Amino acid sequence: MLDDFFTRALVAGLATAALTGPIGCFIIWRRMSFFGDTLAHSALLGVGLGIYFSFHQALSVFFVALGISACLQWLRSNASLSSDTSLGILSHGALALGLLMLAILPPSQIDITSVFFGDILASSRTDVYFMCGGLVLGLVVMRLVWQPLLVATVNQDIATAEGASSKVAEFTFTLLLTMVIAFSFKIVGVLLISALLVIPAAAARQLAPSPEKAALLASLFGCLAVYGGLEASLHADLPSGPAIVVLCLLLFIVSFAYRLMREPKAGAR
Amino acid sequence: MLISAKNLGIKGHETWRVRGVNLTIGEGEIVTMIGPNGSGKTTTAKALLGIIAADEGVVTRKENMRIGYVPQSIQVSRNVPMSLTRFLTLTQAHSQDDITRALGLVGLSAKGETSVADLSGGQLQRALIARALLLKPDLMVLDEPVQGVDFTGEIALYELITQIRDELGCGMLLISHDLHIVMSQTNRVVCMNGHICCEGAPASVIENEAYQKLFGPKASEFLALYHHNHDHHHDHDHHNHHEGDSGHHA
Repeated sequence: MLDDFFTRALVAGLATAALTGPIGCFIIWRRMSFFGDTLAHSALLGVGLGIYFSFHQALSVFFVALGISACLQWLRSNASLSSDTSLGILSHGALALGLLMLAILPPSQIDITSVFFGDILASSRTDVYFMCGGLVLGLVVMRLVWQPLLVATVNQDIATAEGASSKVAEFTFTLLLTMVIAFSFKIVGVLLISALLVIPAAAARQLAPSPEKAALLASLFGCLAVYGGLEASLHADLPSGPAIVVLCLLLFIVSFAYRLMREPKAGAR
Repeated sequence: MLISAKNLGIKGHETWRVRGVNLTIGEGEIVTMIGPNGSGKTTTAKALLGIIAADEGVVTRKENMRIGYVPQSIQVSRNVPMSLTRFLTLTQAHSQDDITRALGLVGLSAKGETSVADLSGGQLQRALIARALLLKPDLMVLDEPVQGVDFTGEIALYELITQIRDELGCGMLLISHDLHIVMSQTNRVVCMNGHICCEGAPASVIENEAYQKLFGPKASEFLALYHHNHDHHHDHDHHNHHEGDSGHHA
């Protein structure tokens, strides 16, 4: 079954989207979308460093993203900067460094388009197994941190005061997010990976009455977009990454319109 | 003893936010903490609860104490899609009967399935109180529970808090900066300004020099007991009300 390149791409894409659903929900609930963006931007630097030092690409992206998270924590607590300013420095700093890195490397060593926009159709068997394993592991981790993370998202102090400490859950979540970005930027690319996190979750937010249903719906929307985007890519010869994201956007517009029709007052808020 | 702080100090970036705080809350005791903005009330409460670590001194908490924390409602995120009922069971599951009762007590019976995002500020405040009371806490900590609530609502909220406290018999720490009223059952008023300037029974605090210095010439009309206000809740300005009275008699 995995002999067909399209099937491989589809399975890898669906596995990614299923996991970015619940993770993306927390990203929007916790107002972390700029953080996701920053990690994604830093992936370019990771790719560049990986090639330069002939190191595993996804791992090098992962370590760079971890370094960026650590810098963020440090800046926030020591430089008297708000988190969006810290993120602005890190995001664009890492992006510019990554671009310089790519300029230094010989052009034959890197396919810039696939880094920026993803190359899901080139997914190998190993990629597919890896993504599926990652999905199972990611879902188990999300299940474990779900409750404490939810309490901390509503109010951090309630969690701490009432003895449901959320520090471990929050750290684990950041780690998981970093891993997801490092291992799935191949699907939609550095520029669009955070779209796969944020847009399906935002679409689900329009319709879901509970956090669990929002997570499920976000996964579903992401999978629909991946499937549709790949079909569009195959039949209309469109780049797959942007096609997937445009479908996410369409799903968001439809969900929002549906909510506006159901509760006309929603638009006024 | 539920919670006790000995020589508690919390550092800000350069200065001490609070320092030298000695405070004990006993079982079933009601302590009201007052002080201007930035006087370290919330900081002290958070240190007592273990939300922030003490830079100096020691905080002791009774073992296995159940805490119900009502944070300032503006600090509660309503971004997560959830119904009010789900919100009440955020940290712990409760029976449907208990939830129905709690919703009734805070006057939100009809709102069980409403999304927390659609509650008004005052409703969210009451939802937070309902959530805390469902935990049947040994100590309830309420940070500015009447913030942004109008005068009549403020009275109603204090009545609600009184009712909860009578029912649960729990200790309470109430924080307030706009001190129109102090619950009549308050055992102790603690007046803060970076440290404890004075404390004692409500009536004795009014007489205290440190209190008068902190709140200025308005101090004496500032601290009124809630049962007093309750008789006159149509009238927002006590001072004039009494002057009007005397004018009438003359």
